[in-house]
Amino acid sequence: METTKLVHMVNQIALAFRLQPKDEAVSQTVEHLRAFWSPQMRQELLAYVASGGAGLEPLAKEAAAKLSA
Amino acid sequence: MSFSKDFDQGTPVVSNPERVTVTIDGRSISVPKGTSVMAAAAQLGTSIPKLCATDMVKAFGSCRLCLVEIDGRRGTPASCTTPAEEGMVVHTQTDRLQKLRRGVMELYISDHPLDCLTCSANGDCELQDMAGAVGLRDVRYGHDGQQHRTEPKDESNPYFTFDSSKCIVCSRCVRACEEVQGTFALTIEGRGFGSKVATGAKDFLSSECVSCGACVQACPTATLNEKSVIQLGTPTGVVETTCAYCGVGCGFRAETQGDRVVRMVPSKRGKANEGHSCVKGRFAWGYANHQDRVTKPMIRARITDPWREVTWAEAFTHTANELQRLQAKYGKDSIGGITSSRCTNEEVFLVQKLVRGGFGNNNVDTCARVCHSPTGYGLKQTFGTSAGTQDFKSVAKADVVLVIGANPTDAHPVFASRLKRRLREGAKLIVADPRRIDLVRSPHIEAAHHLALMPGTNVALINALAHVIVTEGLVKTDAVKERCEPADFESWARFIANPINSPEQMEQHTGVPASEVRAAARLYATANNAAIYYGLGVTEHSQGSTMVMGMANLAMATGNLGRDGVGVNPLRGQNNVQGSCDMGSFPHELAGYRHVSDDATRELFEGLWGVSLSSEPGLRIPNMLDEAVEGRFKGLYVQGEDIAQSDPNTQHVVKGLEAMECVIVHDLFLNETAKYAHVFFPGSSFLEKDGTFTNAERRISRVRQVMRPLTGLADWEVTLGLANALGMNLKYSHPSEVMDEIARLTPTFAGVSYAKLDQLGSVQWPCNEKAPTGTPIMHVDRFVRGKGRFMLTEFIPTEERTGPKFPLLLTTGRILSQYNVGAQTARTANVAWHDEDVLEVHPFDAENRGVKTGDLVSLESRAGETTLRAVVTERVQPGVVYTTFHHAKTNANVVTTEFSDWATNCPEYKVTAVQVSRAAGPSAFQKEDRRRDVALRQVEAPHATR
Repeated sequence: METTKLVHMVNQIALAFRLQPKDEAVSQTVEHLRAFWSPQMRQELLAYVASGGAGLEPLAKEAAAKLSA
Repeated sequence: MSFSKDFDQGTPVVSNPERVTVTIDGRSISVPKGTSVMAAAAQLGTSIPKLCATDMVKAFGSCRLCLVEIDGRRGTPASCTTPAEEGMVVHTQTDRLQKLRRGVMELYISDHPLDCLTCSANGDCELQDMAGAVGLRDVRYGHDGQQHRTEPKDESNPYFTFDSSKCIVCSRCVRACEEVQGTFALTIEGRGFGSKVATGAKDFLSSECVSCGACVQACPTATLNEKSVIQLGTPTGVVETTCAYCGVGCGFRAETQGDRVVRMVPSKRGKANEGHSCVKGRFAWGYANHQDRVTKPMIRARITDPWREVTWAEAFTHTANELQRLQAKYGKDSIGGITSSRCTNEEVFLVQKLVRGGFGNNNVDTCARVCHSPTGYGLKQTFGTSAGTQDFKSVAKADVVLVIGANPTDAHPVFASRLKRRLREGAKLIVADPRRIDLVRSPHIEAAHHLALMPGTNVALINALAHVIVTEGLVKTDAVKERCEPADFESWARFIANPINSPEQMEQHTGVPASEVRAAARLYATANNAAIYYGLGVTEHSQGSTMVMGMANLAMATGNLGRDGVGVNPLRGQNNVQGSCDMGSFPHELAGYRHVSDDATRELFEGLWGVSLSSEPGLRIPNMLDEAVEGRFKGLYVQGEDIAQSDPNTQHVVKGLEAMECVIVHDLFLNETAKYAHVFFPGSSFLEKDGTFTNAERRISRVRQVMRPLTGLADWEVTLGLANALGMNLKYSHPSEVMDEIARLTPTFAGVSYAKLDQLGSVQWPCNEKAPTGTPIMHVDRFVRGKGRFMLTEFIPTEERTGPKFPLLLTTGRILSQYNVGAQTARTANVAWHDEDVLEVHPFDAENRGVKTGDLVSLESRAGETTLRAVVTERVQPGVVYTTFHHAKTNANVVTTEFSDWATNCPEYKVTAVQVSRAAGPSAFQKEDRRRDVALRQVEAPHATR
């Protein structure tokens, strides 16, 4: 999938949870990605984070990084 | 099934726990207090002659045919307007009554054409029946005097005629239009002998009439008669089935001659519609026999090749080989399927089974992705299950109705009639919609508040409403304490009370005056029963899921859940949106909304299916198209959908389809998507198959075969054929066996069977051991998830913004006479009302652009450009334009973008920044599309041997 699209989508998700306490916001974003995104999409996101993750909201970046856990 | 008319007890059914006992012609009967003598007699099996009475409408007492004698009372009262009373003794057949009735009939017949043998209603005419019932043998009044027999016939409506010469001015049509439909299009014009039914316009077609058919159904003579009956004759058989149009799911009687449909008549037993219908279900069924129907399977190697007709066996083998080739070459996840909300539960279940079990992945999605997927997400998060809370009849108990982002009179007309009836009884209405939809002000209806918000600001509005409720002490704290998670409520209440959510702060986004929002919030919160009904104007936004949760918050905070007259109610777009979601069509969920990662659920399916299932979510529709463009997704089975017209950013959709090597379209017609397909499975209409649909109130109703499939196979058999060609070895001999499997695997469907549906007519899920006859209202004592969960709903403006290049906001919707992408309705006489999509433009914006009604205009966004005719109207506010997506030649989705809901990827159809300007001709896309219409739809001449 186009990286810009992935980044846009994960940022949207993270924003939707940003009013939660930070740990919860991160865990809910991670949970959402695991529940609704295909493994391929998650892997692409992980790879993008590994390459710097430009354009990702901090919360999105933190959540994305935890996808490998 | 042999033909029999629906029982008509003459006056409406009365519900009253208090009962009275009357004696009629020597026999006693106990009836609810308020029941008419006529209805009580009918329940005893005694038909009192009648002409102006029908149980569709209230008693009128004008025809003077239903007279009876009552012991101890003077005169001969009309049985239709006389309530049965305790101890009453009634005589329906006496010499005196017979003489009176015969005299009345003599007068009627003296001004009626005596052409019974050649009349289209011969054998189906109450006037004829009554002449027989009263023993009329001659008419003493000659035919030379003043009469109506030469009145001209109005044939303007494409579906029925109005023959005034046969009218007895019983007013049944007028009353049906008022009481049942609520349109008030008909009236009685003139006085005395000059009285006649009139539309207030030159003819029916140009009048306010919405062609719901209620007047035709009510008419006791041939005055209002279906053209199909005039052409074919009266029906001789009947099959009870369910409409295949919107999410109301009306029950219909398919009245037939052999396996030919003569007319569709709404069934009184249909619990969603209780005998009412709209122009689509009642009349627009002719597409089933349209000349465009493809009846043979076809294949081709490249989309530029002509189609080649093949046998079903060849089609299945070829397709299975292709799919296996793709998986061998590109991997297991390189193919997937899309299920359709136009198909039955059983068909949808089989497609998702084919994908999960046969393709070996979870790449299955449904068209609900692009309409109500946020409903599924939002209601599951807050209440615990992905469905509306009420049955339709619940609205009759509502005191305040909040309609958000829905246009029921156009998109869910039969529900709208129920709603309007309640509003005429005094319930208050709040409409939240950028457009001035008909409900805002129509005959005898006026919204207390029209919150004409700017597209894309729903969450700002719902938060502002909630802010008023929280800060003005209008929360029903007892209900919240008893039923909701306290910590979540506290957190939400703190958030929502923040001044940033106040109506005054949000006004800058919504454009709705704060005072109006405050008044609406107070009205909603202080009602005894307040109900929310919503549509795609809620879901099809980048914050669609947030908005669904916002509405759920509002209902929980005000205690408006778990009883009649309240609730949060999605008005589903297509007939089986609810069902297609229930059946496990989403890539992350198995049937019954259980996540694929749930080991116990997966094991249940694996045990029965004998396959191993993936625990990872598959691709959603937009993800599939993205992956196709990237070169990784290569094969797609599209069941009954037209994604090249219905999905956003058409050019991206087409690009995705063109990048695939095997697109299989399973449809009635060579639709837009089929231009990019390699296999075409001809589909069967709802008249050609057995199955079930589940409507917006979770009601599971039977679809019954009326005629043989034109293709030789019903749709479920086609999916079965492909599955077995892939080696799945599925064995079903009837869709009832598929439902039995669904019931075994899905707790909310555990009690559902065809036998039960035949017995009860329909059931609303959950239907299981705890609720053997179904569940009309959800969350009565507790929420499905236990305690209700308030969710934080921050307003985050969409990234789709207006600017100098695209200064207007486009929002899209539907109109009454057309349905979805027009595959069905555009192939019927409904085009008489709407044969092209038009663009509504406010006079201010029109004047700035030199645009007048009827001008061809360009509608351009960053995604694409189309052209269509403009209609200048104040229905839309300045800065907003509106159109529909019913016609392929416009293809409004060329313009819509790929922005989508954060949680579900439901496209943001409702907000697109556009520019409008006068145009000289079709856009470049339209020109190319028209070329492709011809080039990509060629069919090779059939082989003699096939």
